[in-house]
Amino acid sequence: MTTRFNPLRNHQRTRKEIGYVPLKQAVAKDWKRIGFKSGLEVHQQLDTKLKLFCRCPAGKYHDDLDYDGELIRHMRPTLSEMGEYDGTALMEFKTKKEIIYRINNESACTYEIDDTPPFKINPEALEYALEISLASKQNIVGEVHISRKQYLDGSIPTGFQRTAILGVEGEIELSNKKVRLIQLSLEEDSCREISDIGHTRIYKTDRLGMPLTETVTYPDMETPYELREAAEYIRFLNRSTGRVRTGIGSAREDVNVSCKGGSRVEIKGVSHNKWIPRLSHNEAFRQYALLNIRKLLLERFPDDTGWEISSFEIYPEKIGSSFEPFIRKHKTNYQIWGVNLPGFKGLLSHFTQPGKCFFDEIENRLKVIACLNRPNAISSEPLTPDEETQPLFKHVRKHLKTGEEDAQIIFWGPASDIPTALETIQERCLLAFKGVPNETRKPLANGTTEFERVLPGADRMYPDTDSAPIPLSEEYIDELKKRIPVSVTDRIRQFRKWGIPEDTFTYLLKNNLAPLIEQIADDPGLDPKWIATFLGHTLKHLEGQKSFHPDFNYNQLPRLFQFLVKQGLDKALAYPMISVMIEYPNMDFTSILTSIKFKKRTVNELLAPVSFLIEKFREIHHTTDPGALTNWLMGQLRAQATGNIPLDEFNGMIREQVQREFSKTTR
Amino acid sequence: MNEDFFQGYKGDALRILKKFNTRVWGVAEFETTRGSFKGTVLPRAENDDDQHIVVKIDTGYNIGIAVNTITSMQEISYYKANYKIPGQEFPYTENLPKVKLIGTGGTIASRLDYRTGAVIPAFSPGELYGAVPELADICNLTTEKVFAVFSENMGPEQYIALAKAIKKEIENGVDGIVIGHGTDTLHHTATALSFMVQDSPVPIVLVGSQRSSDRPSSDAALNLMHACYAAGHGDIAEVMVCMFGPTSDEYGFLHRGTRVRKMHSSYRSTFRTIGDTPLGTVKVGEVRPIKKEYNHRRKDRRVNIYPFFEERVTMIYFYPHMHPDTIDSLVDLGYKGIVIIGTGLGHVNKELYPAIRRATEKGVFVFMTVQTLWGYVHMFVYETGRELMAMGVIPLENMLPEAAFIKLGWVLGQTDDPDEVKKMMLHPVNDEITLREPYNGYLVYQGGVPEVEEFIRRFRK
Repeated sequence: MTTRFNPLRNHQRTRKEIGYVPLKQAVAKDWKRIGFKSGLEVHQQLDTKLKLFCRCPAGKYHDDLDYDGELIRHMRPTLSEMGEYDGTALMEFKTKKEIIYRINNESACTYEIDDTPPFKINPEALEYALEISLASKQNIVGEVHISRKQYLDGSIPTGFQRTAILGVEGEIELSNKKVRLIQLSLEEDSCREISDIGHTRIYKTDRLGMPLTETVTYPDMETPYELREAAEYIRFLNRSTGRVRTGIGSAREDVNVSCKGGSRVEIKGVSHNKWIPRLSHNEAFRQYALLNIRKLLLERFPDDTGWEISSFEIYPEKIGSSFEPFIRKHKTNYQIWGVNLPGFKGLLSHFTQPGKCFFDEIENRLKVIACLNRPNAISSEPLTPDEETQPLFKHVRKHLKTGEEDAQIIFWGPASDIPTALETIQERCLLAFKGVPNETRKPLANGTTEFERVLPGADRMYPDTDSAPIPLSEEYIDELKKRIPVSVTDRIRQFRKWGIPEDTFTYLLKNNLAPLIEQIADDPGLDPKWIATFLGHTLKHLEGQKSFHPDFNYNQLPRLFQFLVKQGLDKALAYPMISVMIEYPNMDFTSILTSIKFKKRTVNELLAPVSFLIEKFREIHHTTDPGALTNWLMGQLRAQATGNIPLDEFNGMIREQVQREFSKTTR
Repeated sequence: MNEDFFQGYKGDALRILKKFNTRVWGVAEFETTRGSFKGTVLPRAENDDDQHIVVKIDTGYNIGIAVNTITSMQEISYYKANYKIPGQEFPYTENLPKVKLIGTGGTIASRLDYRTGAVIPAFSPGELYGAVPELADICNLTTEKVFAVFSENMGPEQYIALAKAIKKEIENGVDGIVIGHGTDTLHHTATALSFMVQDSPVPIVLVGSQRSSDRPSSDAALNLMHACYAAGHGDIAEVMVCMFGPTSDEYGFLHRGTRVRKMHSSYRSTFRTIGDTPLGTVKVGEVRPIKKEYNHRRKDRRVNIYPFFEERVTMIYFYPHMHPDTIDSLVDLGYKGIVIIGTGLGHVNKELYPAIRRATEKGVFVFMTVQTLWGYVHMFVYETGRELMAMGVIPLENMLPEAAFIKLGWVLGQTDDPDEVKKMMLHPVNDEITLREPYNGYLVYQGGVPEVEEFIRRFRK
C-alpha cells in the first residue's frame, strides 16, 4: 500500500538537511550558523570537615548496601507564587514516585531526612566559599539570606535545597575573551541515586548536605571549545584556593545550551570537562533539528489546534504475534497500546542526535514520566529495519484507519500507567509544534543526551524560614581578601615567564601546584622551571602508574627538596624517593633512602670501578665505539650515582675517562 | 489610605530608603563599596537589624545589602505582588461521608509568601482542595474557623469553645470531625476534649503537621488525608490524635486523646501513645484497630459535653533539693490544685514535707504523677511515698502529668468537694488511668543492639 519509505534513509536525509556536522569536522561558522549559545553552572564541593547545616562528617561515602535504615517520602508539588503548579512539579507528581532514602548513621543524622531543622551554617564552608567568590571578582553581599530551591525529584528529602547567594557579577578571563559571571551560591549537595525503576527511586544520603559552591556564568560562550575552556578556568580557580575537594564527583557541571530560536536546555551533572564540547555541540544541533521538525509540522498543519493522537489496546493473541514484549503480557498485568500520530510520517525518524531520532524524545518521556521500564515502545519508523514488527503496525494502521502521512507508535506497560503514557505522547507531540521544550537532560558517554525532567520554572525560590540572615562585616571580608589566590590567568603568564612546557599547565593548575613551585623555588631555592617540569612530567607520570596513599600530600614535597639540599644530595634522587612516598607517605626520608638502597658515595668511589668495567665491556662487546661504552657505563653506575652527583655531570666524567682510556689504547 | 511603603524597616535602613526615595516592592539599582546590585526591595522581618536592606535579585535569590556600604540607590520601577491561594469549588460526591474541619489557627495547609516569607494559611474547602485534591475522594468537606490561636496559646477558653462547636456539629449531622491544631500542645487539647466531650457518636480527630506544609515533603497533606479518612469512615468514635506512625510517608497512628504525648521536638513521628498501644493505624482506605476495645460509631446524634475548667490549677516538676517556698507561694496565690511530677515511683525530698502538709491542710488538692512517664505511681514501696500519702498526696496511677493537670482543672471546674474530686480524679473517663500496663506498652529500644539494628534496617521506623 505504501511506497517503500525508508526510515534510515530519512534519518540520513534530515541529518543533512539541518546541516549536522560531527564536532571534529565543525568549524566556527557552523556554530555561528545555528547560533550556538551556552553558559555554565559549575558545582564544586568544599573541603570542610562537616556538612553545611548539620554536624555530620562531610566526605564519608558508603556502598549502596551499606546502610542502617530506610525511609519513604512522596514529594507533593506546592503552589507557586502565582498560584500555579510548576511544570516540573506537576510532572514529578504525575510520576507518583515512591522515594526511598537509605541512611547510614555514620554519614547522616535526622537533619538529612528533614526530621530536624537546620543548625547554624557551617562557618568553615561560608569562609571557603567567600574566598572563591572573592577570587571570582564578585560583589559580595552585605548579608547572606538562605533560600529554599525546590526539587521534587526526591534528590533532597525536604523537597528543596538550602542555598544562599554570596556574590553577584564578576568575571573570568579566557584566552580570547572575558566571560561574565552571574553569581556564586553556597548550597548543600544532594543525595546520590542508587536506582530508578518503575515507580521506585532509591537514594543514599551520604553526600546529601555536603557544602558546595555553584558558580553561574552568563551565556557568553559561543563555541563548544570556549565552553570547555571556561569550565577548566573555573575549576582551576576553585582549586587555586586550596579549599576544595578533588576526586570523582567533587566537581560537576551543568551546561546550559541553546541554538538560535531554541530554548535553554540544561545538561545536568557533567563530571568530566572533556565531555563538554561534544555534549554541547550535539545539543545545539538537536535543538536545530527540533526547529526543523516544527517547520515541517507547520507546513502540514496551520497550528496544533485539534491535533490529537488516536489509540487502542492491542490484543496480541488475536493477531498471533510472538513479539517478545507481547508474550510478557501473559505473565504480568501489562497492556499493549497502538497509537497513531496524524501527519507525523517522516518525523519519528527525523534526525535529532547521532544515532537518535524524534521517536527517542517520546520514548525517553515514556520512561521518565510514565515510569515505563525499557524496552517500552517501538516506532513505525525504526532506524534498524525490523521485519517482525511490520505486521503489528499493519494491524494498528488498519484498526485506527490511519492516513498516508501518519506515523505510529506501539508501547506497553502496567495497566495503571497507560493513561499517563498516552498523555505523555500527546503532550510531547504538541510540544513539537512549539519547538524546543525546556528540559534538563542527562549526559551519556557517547556524547548524546536524554530527557531527564522538565526544566523548573523561576518560581521555585523562597526564603528559608528556619534560618536567620548572616551579616558579613567589612572587617571579615577585608580579612578574607588578603587570602585571594593569584588568578589563573596570571599563573599562566607566570608559567610562560618561567619557560616551563605548555603541556604541564593543566596538571599544575588542576592540582594547584603553582604555590608549591614558588615555595620550593624559595627554599631550598631550586629553579622553578626544573621543579615545574619535574612535577608536570615526572609526578604526573607516577600518578598514572601508582595509586596514591590517601595520606600523601603535595605539601610534603618542599620538605623533601629541603632534605636533599641539606644532605648535599642531588635533586634527581627526588624521583625514586617520591615513588616510595606516594605509597608510604608516613615513612621518614632516611628510611626511604634505605628502602631504595641509596648509599652516599664520593666521586672517586663512584668512578673507582670504571677501569674494571671497561675491561669487562671489552670482553663482552666487540665494538670500539666510545659512545656505546659511555652509555653502557652510565647504565651500570646510574643507580649508585643518582643523588650523589648530578647525572649529566657524572656522564661527563665518564666520557672523559673513556676518552682517556681510548687515547691510551690508540697510543 | 496610609500605605506602609517601608514594611519592617527601621533606623538606619529606613533613613537610607527614604533618602533615596526607594520603596519596598520597588526595583532598585544600588551602588555600594562592594560593587553594584540590582533587585526588588523586600519587606524586612521586624526582629532583624536596621543595617541591611533585603533585595530579591533576578535569579530569585534574596540577598542583604549593608546600609553602610551604600553610596547611592535608585528606584527604577515598582511592582507590588498580591499573593493569593487559588480557590476551587470543593466537589460534592454522593455517598461520601460529611466531615467537618474545625480550624484553630494551626496551619494544616499553607503556602509561603515567597516574597515576605510569611505563611499564608489555606483553610477554606476550596483552598484545601487546591492544595490536597485527594480529599475530594475521601469525604465531603466543610470547614469552620472557630478561632485563630497559636498552639502554645491554646487554653481552657479554647477547649470550651471547641467542645461546644463539636456538639453543634454532631447535632447538625456530620459523620466525623477533624480539628486542625498546632502540634506543640496538641495532646493537651486532645486530653481536654476527651473529658469535655463524652460518648460521641462520631470520631473526633485532632491533626497537625510537624514539617511546614509549604514544603514538598511536608507531612501535612498525608496527615490531613488520614484524619479525614478516620473521621469520615473509621469506626472508632473517640477523641483521637492522628499523626505519622513512622517518619516515612506510610501510615498514621490514631492515639487515644488521654494517653498521647509529643515525644520529639521535630520528628514527624513525634506523637506516641505512652503506657499502652495506639488505638489503631490509618491509611487512606483503611482504619485498622489495634486496641480491641473502643467506642464504636453510632447513628444517633447524642453527645454529652462538660465544658468546665478551673484555671487555678498547676503542676510542678520536682527536682532534687527543691525548696518548699515554691509550693508555699502557689498555695498563698490561691491555687486550688497542684499536680506534682515526682521522681521514680512518685517521690519528692523531705524538705518539701512541711509545704505539702500546709497545702493539704489549707484544702489544696495535691496529686502525684511520675517524671518517668511510663509506669505507675507506687507510693507504698518506700517510706517517702507512705509519708507523702499520709500528708494527703493522692497518687494518680499511670496518668500522664499533662493529662492529670488538664483533668484536675476540669474536675475542679465542676466540684470542690474533696471526696468527689478524689473519686473523679481516680475514675478514668477514657483510659487516662489504665488498670494494666501491657508488656508492649513500654518500647524505648536502644540503637546499637544487633537485633534492634536489624529491625531498623528491615522496617521503616
